[in-house]
Amino acid sequence: MQAEQLQTSVSAHRDLPFDTDVATVHAPGFFTLLRTELTLAVRRRSDIVNPLLFFVTVLAMMPLGIGPDPEVLSRMAAGLIWVMALLATLLSQESLFRGDYDDGSLEQLALQPEPLYFPVLAKVLVHWLVTGLPLSLLSPLLGMMLNLGGAGYLPLLISLALGTASLSLIGAVGAALTVALRRPGLLLALIIMPLYVPVLIFGTGTVQAALDGYSYAPQLAILGGILAAAAALAPLAAAGAIRISLEN
Amino acid sequence: MSWQWFHRLGSPRWFYQKSAAWLPWLGVASLILLVIGAVWGLGFAPQDAKQGNSYRIIYIHVPAAFLALAGYYIMAICGAIGLIWKMKLSFVVMRAAAPIGAALTFVALFTGAVWGKPTWGTYWVWDARITSMLILFFLYLGVMALSGAFSREQSGDKASALLALVGTVNIPIIYKSVDWWFTLHQPATLKLTQASTIDPSMFYPLITMIAGFYLFFAWVLTMHTRTLVLQRESRTQWVRELLQPPAAKA
Repeated sequence: MQAEQLQTSVSAHRDLPFDTDVATVHAPGFFTLLRTELTLAVRRRSDIVNPLLFFVTVLAMMPLGIGPDPEVLSRMAAGLIWVMALLATLLSQESLFRGDYDDGSLEQLALQPEPLYFPVLAKVLVHWLVTGLPLSLLSPLLGMMLNLGGAGYLPLLISLALGTASLSLIGAVGAALTVALRRPGLLLALIIMPLYVPVLIFGTGTVQAALDGYSYAPQLAILGGILAAAAALAPLAAAGAIRISLEN
Repeated sequence: MSWQWFHRLGSPRWFYQKSAAWLPWLGVASLILLVIGAVWGLGFAPQDAKQGNSYRIIYIHVPAAFLALAGYYIMAICGAIGLIWKMKLSFVVMRAAAPIGAALTFVALFTGAVWGKPTWGTYWVWDARITSMLILFFLYLGVMALSGAFSREQSGDKASALLALVGTVNIPIIYKSVDWWFTLHQPATLKLTQASTIDPSMFYPLITMIAGFYLFFAWVLTMHTRTLVLQRESRTQWVRELLQPPAAKA
């Protein structure tokens, strides 16, 4: 199975639309890598579709479990959508560095003289573009299905867009820490969930404030602050974690 | 200034031999303080005007919560020292501190629940301080799980040290949660920079208990570190000589 994976990822690299090789991507390789990763992501469509399908399927389970009472659903809608977005991000995070670790390109990236910060940032950005962003765009539809109040749609969309970007960044640290382990799934959840909590609190707080008729700008500002801090620090921590994992 | 002591401190063997002498002092001192503090606080300190006798659980709850946070600092700082100076012993102390800190976090949460029932009428609320302490508990568990997941010990050390450092972002949130969010939990009573809002007759036994808990933590940490040192160095000559009776060597 692993050989097969290796084969597909090698051939994916060979089919790149431009004449380059991952090992010779030169500084400033940020945009090159971004393009490479996006191309790869678009070719592996299941990686994009699966988290979304998971998101929608589990949300469809909720009314079956809780009961279809519109009042109850409407009160829980924001929280449910946020928790599901968090789980969908977490599940897709495991494969963030996996393929590159297996076929050795992660090692090549680490061997470059440039800091690992930008390659990590590029990968996380692509991860958000293919999971977090579509998820946010999809959220008003799910909000409607769960009877979320009309005032909640826009804050839900914005808070999810900002929040899932932070989740992708924070989760990258966990993905990098566990990439050398054989079955990291549950461990990744265990170590990353506590760090997700502030994002979840302010994300649902945004929607709740809007539904209660208050201004939700303060909560969005805090989400933006978390995102800024995460963008500055998380790739550094993830780069350190990658170097540790490569030693293993 | 000579840095020799600092380099020697990195040697597990040196630590093992020296710390044997510290153990009885730490143990006796912490037990004395804990007994004095417990008897004073539980038996002789006056009743609280509003909470009656139920407030007396602070003599366990507050020191445990103090040490739950201090334990995380110790773990994270030791992890940082290990990452920066590649000090073997520092990682061992980090690993030893994790379960002790997690246990004290659990004690703080548990005694808080017991205290909450008579005062707030509920065992558990999703209050900012309580929730952030629960997250601290999960952080400890995550560090412990990650450190055990690697087959190569050094990788586990470094990975869990990095995770401990990343997790420190939660510590200031826990400290300030009672001031930032006015929820059920009362604001801090003990303050370093201003006068505390607690009567001296209740304060002195409390401070005795806190000092006792600190010494207790140091005592247990030293014992646990010694055990881990023996486990890790089990293949070295000095551990073999230590553990083998002299007669068996011949």
